[in-house]
Amino acid sequence: MSAPDPSVINLIVFVLAIFVGYHVVWNVTPALHTPLMSVTNAISAIILVGAMLAAGPAVFDWGGWVGVAAVTMAAINAFGGFLVTQRMLEMFRKKEPKAAPSEKQ
Amino acid sequence: MSPNQVALWYLVASIFFIFALKGLSHPTTARRGNALGIAGMAIAVVVTLALVYSHTKNVGMILAGIVVGGAIGAVIARRVQMTQMPELVAAFHSLVGMAAVLIAVAAVNNPTALGLNDPIPMGNKLELFIGTFIGAITFSGSVIAFGKLSGRIKSAPVVFAGQHMLNLAIGIAMIGFGIWFFLSGDSKWLPYLVMTALAFLLGFLIIIPIGGADMPVVISMLNSYSGWAAAGIGFSLNNPMLIISGSLVGSSGAILSYIMCKAMNRSFFSVILGGFGAEGGTVTEDAGKKTAKSGSPDDVAFMLGNADSVIIVPGYGLAVARAQHSVKEMADKLRHKGINVRYAIHPVAGRMPGHMNVLLAEAEVPYDQVFEMEDINSDFGSTDVVLVLGANDVVNPLAEVKGSPIYGMPILEAHKARTIIVNKRSMATGYAGLDNPLFYDDKTMMVFGDAKKVVEDIAKALD
Repeated sequence: MSAPDPSVINLIVFVLAIFVGYHVVWNVTPALHTPLMSVTNAISAIILVGAMLAAGPAVFDWGGWVGVAAVTMAAINAFGGFLVTQRMLEMFRKKEPKAAPSEKQ
Repeated sequence: MSPNQVALWYLVASIFFIFALKGLSHPTTARRGNALGIAGMAIAVVVTLALVYSHTKNVGMILAGIVVGGAIGAVIARRVQMTQMPELVAAFHSLVGMAAVLIAVAAVNNPTALGLNDPIPMGNKLELFIGTFIGAITFSGSVIAFGKLSGRIKSAPVVFAGQHMLNLAIGIAMIGFGIWFFLSGDSKWLPYLVMTALAFLLGFLIIIPIGGADMPVVISMLNSYSGWAAAGIGFSLNNPMLIISGSLVGSSGAILSYIMCKAMNRSFFSVILGGFGAEGGTVTEDAGKKTAKSGSPDDVAFMLGNADSVIIVPGYGLAVARAQHSVKEMADKLRHKGINVRYAIHPVAGRMPGHMNVLLAEAEVPYDQVFEMEDINSDFGSTDVVLVLGANDVVNPLAEVKGSPIYGMPILEAHKARTIIVNKRSMATGYAGLDNPLFYDDKTMMVFGDAKKVVEDIAKALD
């Protein structure tokens, strides 16, 4: 018996990851749905990894330039996505220490 | 680096991403979650860089792309206003979509550079086809969504006869060219490029018939697509990390779409097929007879000042007017008088899931004053004053009337309060094109004007 084709293994990984995603995301509090969207957006910038392969071929032809464009776009998304999420989440934090004293006044 | 080492590091990065999402289950753990996400991304990038370096040494252009893109991303993240979050997210989705298409193009051009066999095996071609068309639809769809959200193009639905048939025909043609590409040998470019062009067109056509207030669904859906595009590229490149991360994002977006649809009591397909509210003829027949009471900010300040409990219902109008800071100031003044002020958030208020929560967070409203619909709905009956700021359909009692177009949509039960104050720019109907009986209620007072200006005037009058 030989090992299954990589595509079949990929399919198994895919299906299991969907289940993980489903269970993790249902626990996200509705108040954080916008940060959820921006952080998932940043995570989808993982496509950067594929772009890097395309941008570093042994012989750099026009396809390499296409790859560089993809790297740039994905990098905008990765940096922008995580940083803006961080900025948003800072706002959700700031209140906690402040809330307590103002409540007592 | 050996392929096994790379794969194991990718597994570590994937686990970090899962914990990043898990962190968002509570505001206190959310920042740590985001930090884990950054760590996961950093691991993935460094490992891939090492991988490329060990194979070709050609990492110069990669680093240049990362530095340029990273700098642009960092500047955007710092400068963007919180009210612009929906269009920013839409713009970012379009980048993922385009990157997926470009990677697929590079793979078709030079399969061996991306670890594929040359000529590309059929299975990989199928995966490239899927990655490309999802990426292309994500790109053009997100560009339209960005245009509508940022007001660069009209947010009204664009509908025309035979629209769905046209979309269907394009979809079938796209799959046809995909099959040609799948079977093609050396002539792979023609079917591939035609297929890609059709996918771009399809993304554009899918989003134009969808109007402004359905944007929370659209943006969630595109979020989901961007994940599936990444997963599709992961299949093409045999990269489990891309598949895992893409699936996480894809299922997250799908869940958000589901939650948004449920909050509007509409099926996903009715939203996607679009055109809602375009008919415009659904205004109730006796609208002319009814009169709404209107008042000034001074009147509002007087009523608020005499209340014991106040619930503020923010809507898209608040975001447009950027009134969140003024609202917080006003609420603080009321709280100083010992009045219990809370906020009630409808799931689809605004233009993206959680839009209002972020705006209130920006204004430093403590999150324990902000309530979701199901947690606060039973309290409206015992509340003195409800202040509705730039919201309409989410407080429309017609949702409880059988036969109305929005029947069954869960609403914030503002009409049960003792007094209702509604701030709007005009008497215009909401997105659903429906009149709102709440505005003509004897207990209701309308205050017309820009939300920010009105709230500031109220706050001044409270002194």
